[in-house]
Amino acid sequence: MTVIVDGVIILFLVIGAFLSLVATFGVIRLPDVYTRNHAASKAATLGVMSTLLGAFLYFYLIEGHFSSRILLGIAFIFITAPVSGHLISRAAYNAGIKLADSSIRDDLKDKNKR
Amino acid sequence: MAFQILLNFFLAFLWMFLQVSFNSSTFIVGYILGLILIYGMRRFFKQEFYMRRVWAVFYLTLLFFKELILANIDVLRVILKPKLDIQPGIFAMPTELKSDWEITLLSSLITLTPGTLVIDVSDDNKVLYVHAIDLPDVHDAIDGIKNSFEKAIMEVSRNG
Repeated sequence: MTVIVDGVIILFLVIGAFLSLVATFGVIRLPDVYTRNHAASKAATLGVMSTLLGAFLYFYLIEGHFSSRILLGIAFIFITAPVSGHLISRAAYNAGIKLADSSIRDDLKDKNKR
Repeated sequence: MAFQILLNFFLAFLWMFLQVSFNSSTFIVGYILGLILIYGMRRFFKQEFYMRRVWAVFYLTLLFFKELILANIDVLRVILKPKLDIQPGIFAMPTELKSDWEITLLSSLITLTPGTLVIDVSDDNKVLYVHAIDLPDVHDAIDGIKNSFEKAIMEVSRNG
């Protein structure tokens, strides 16, 4: 039983750390602000969420302490991360930051011209 | 919907008073009995049985988590691919949803969908401007996902 519990906790923590690492790679590698935002707002969200879930399971199953604050933290990150990603890219667009050169379409330009 | 929940609470308290036992297990039994009663009397209410909507919210939450995991796998694939040959772009997506909270929910769902991110909502709440990380690749798939999202949200907000 403890072996399974340990395995699950380790799995969650390793996935969380890996996703955060990949999000960092994405921020370095991708060409412009918008594509970087994809990496930061998705991979980092799930990374932090699974790290917190691993911590929650550790304290609940091994230490016997039910920490509801961690669950609340997961819920708050889940709600706020997509909104912050949206706001950052919207602010970038309105500040006139250009898309990457490989971009093939921009419908929003037509709207702002009208 | 709120009226039905209130009525259900009232019936549960009634059950507690009939049993003269004031603890949570009696409350839960009374709540379930009240639920059965309200289901039996559902044709007298103006709105549909409220558990249906609770189920719709639950389904939407599951959809949210599934999309989050799929989105991460997709972003992982894009980032870790040795050659960076993505074609990003912004496209306009018309939506049928009306009220503000529905559109907020839809944009959060789209932002967590594989390869898409909402950049702007038009002033009349009819068009969402979505940035896609790889436009030719996802354009068709996106439409299907959007329809399922819109449908799931409408299922929650539907009246009558």
